[in-house]
Amino acid sequence: MLNIALPKGRLGEKVYGMFALSGFECPAILEESRKLIFENGEKELRYFWVKPSDVAVYVARGAADVGVAGKDILLEHVPDVYELLDLKIGRCRMAVAAPAGFRDDPRRKLRVATKFDRIAREYYASIGRDIDIIHLNGSIELAPLLGLSDVIVDIVETGTTLRENGLKVFAEILPISARLITNKASYEFKREAVDAIRRGLLAQTEERP
Amino acid sequence: MNPETLVMSAEEQIQLRLRSLYQQYGYAQYRMNKFEEYDLYAGNKDFLISENVLTFTDLNGRLMALKPDVTLSIVRFTGDRADAVQKLYYNENVYRTAGTDRSFREIPQTGLECIGPLDGYCVLEVLTLAAESLKCISRRSVLELSHLDIIAALVGALGVPAETQKQIIRCIGGKNLHELQSLCRASGAGEGETEALERLVSASGKPGEVLPLLRVLPCPAEAVAELEKLVEGFEAAGLGEMLRLDFSVINDMQYYNGIVFRGYVEGVPTGVLSGGRYDRLMEKMGRSSGAIGFAVYLDELDRIVPRTDSTDADVLLLYDDSADSTALCREMRLLAARGRRVLAQRTVPQGMRFGEIRHFREKEAGTC
Repeated sequence: MLNIALPKGRLGEKVYGMFALSGFECPAILEESRKLIFENGEKELRYFWVKPSDVAVYVARGAADVGVAGKDILLEHVPDVYELLDLKIGRCRMAVAAPAGFRDDPRRKLRVATKFDRIAREYYASIGRDIDIIHLNGSIELAPLLGLSDVIVDIVETGTTLRENGLKVFAEILPISARLITNKASYEFKREAVDAIRRGLLAQTEERP
Repeated sequence: MNPETLVMSAEEQIQLRLRSLYQQYGYAQYRMNKFEEYDLYAGNKDFLISENVLTFTDLNGRLMALKPDVTLSIVRFTGDRADAVQKLYYNENVYRTAGTDRSFREIPQTGLECIGPLDGYCVLEVLTLAAESLKCISRRSVLELSHLDIIAALVGALGVPAETQKQIIRCIGGKNLHELQSLCRASGAGEGETEALERLVSASGKPGEVLPLLRVLPCPAEAVAELEKLVEGFEAAGLGEMLRLDFSVINDMQYYNGIVFRGYVEGVPTGVLSGGRYDRLMEKMGRSSGAIGFAVYLDELDRIVPRTDSTDADVLLLYDDSADSTALCREMRLLAARGRRVLAQRTVPQGMRFGEIRHFREKEAGTC
């Protein structure tokens, strides 16, 4: 049995579509129900939906053999897993944003509000800027508007939320997309199944730029 | 299984098996203090799995550390000897941060070190002992073998800056081919060199499948020959089935060189064994000997052995004020001597389970 953790939501549904197209379908998953786990006994597959930020935890601890997680989560939590493939979907950018009129004053410590402490810290360390991290769990855009922080480090998809709140992207840190990950021990003991999934998904991503 | 073994936890049983395995091959036990001077670790922080060390000041004002690692202490303990290879094993608890909560944990660890003028046999011996250690834990286990000289040669040939090399090595460790490709492309590495590295990282599996590829890639000939010889020795020892060549094993190149390896057992999600040749660490510590060793992490192993005892005791013996303590004691000893786990209480303790519950009555004593 191969356990597959998918991120709940639109991205997860798209990812399941790619799995199904590769021959790893599980029709039960499409039925309306409150079930948490879906099995295809014949193909020895078991799917489950989890919070997107938890996928890497399930995979690193072996509760799932494979999963799909955003690069942002992988960079932030550095789970001990193999990252086998860039699915080239769920694309967005990790960026620094601030109110449109912002100018960085290098004499002062920069206050950075973010959900992604590690990514923010590593980025500013790489450019040698002294910062003060303010960890928030949501509504990051609010922080600079209320003077809680000077800038934010967050995921930017279309930029609409930023624009509507008078914020602007000042620097792009890195591109983000969904990645296929696998548990290291599972890759030893269930190699054939994991490689088959990778091949199936690779064929679909190759058509994308 | 004798009763003493029965009461041991899975972890303790494995520890016992590993110790007797290492002693069979002439490894002597090394015992160490719970703490060492902090300086030993401060100078070699990158060698440690987690750089956080629990420290305290002792009564002389020296900064001490609860040991986060055993290898550094063993290296310091053994002097350079030209006449013999020093073979030591240990069974210690180490203290370091682990998991996502970043709190300190006490982690039981067993391992061995082989220090001195190493030859091909010493390396093969340590590798076969690593494989046997995995077999002590589970029948389904795998030992992944890699060679850092090969990785260093292929990454070096890319001609990219040191910072990019580090990122590329991280990609190799995560089998992350897509980012490896884009890093190589962005830093202007040659196409042929990039392709050679990609093929190396993609190739992982049984030695018979991977060795032919190594012969056609621009790998250092001595390293390939060393791997070939080790594979031959492994197969002759009847352990070939569990060996894989996998170049995602990349211990820190500042300390390790040559052969590095990692072991997995089915049912444990992380590697349970890790080791390699660490002549570079020896050099850093001012030593001329070669060294190779490995550690087995025992903290996750309890998971793979299901708990067999579903009860807290075989017999719960209930007594009241009328019971004479001498007679009760005699009854308890009688039951224990028959190999029963027996617990004496006045009332049934909540939340515990027993094979059977008996009421102690003196007249019937000795009959149960």
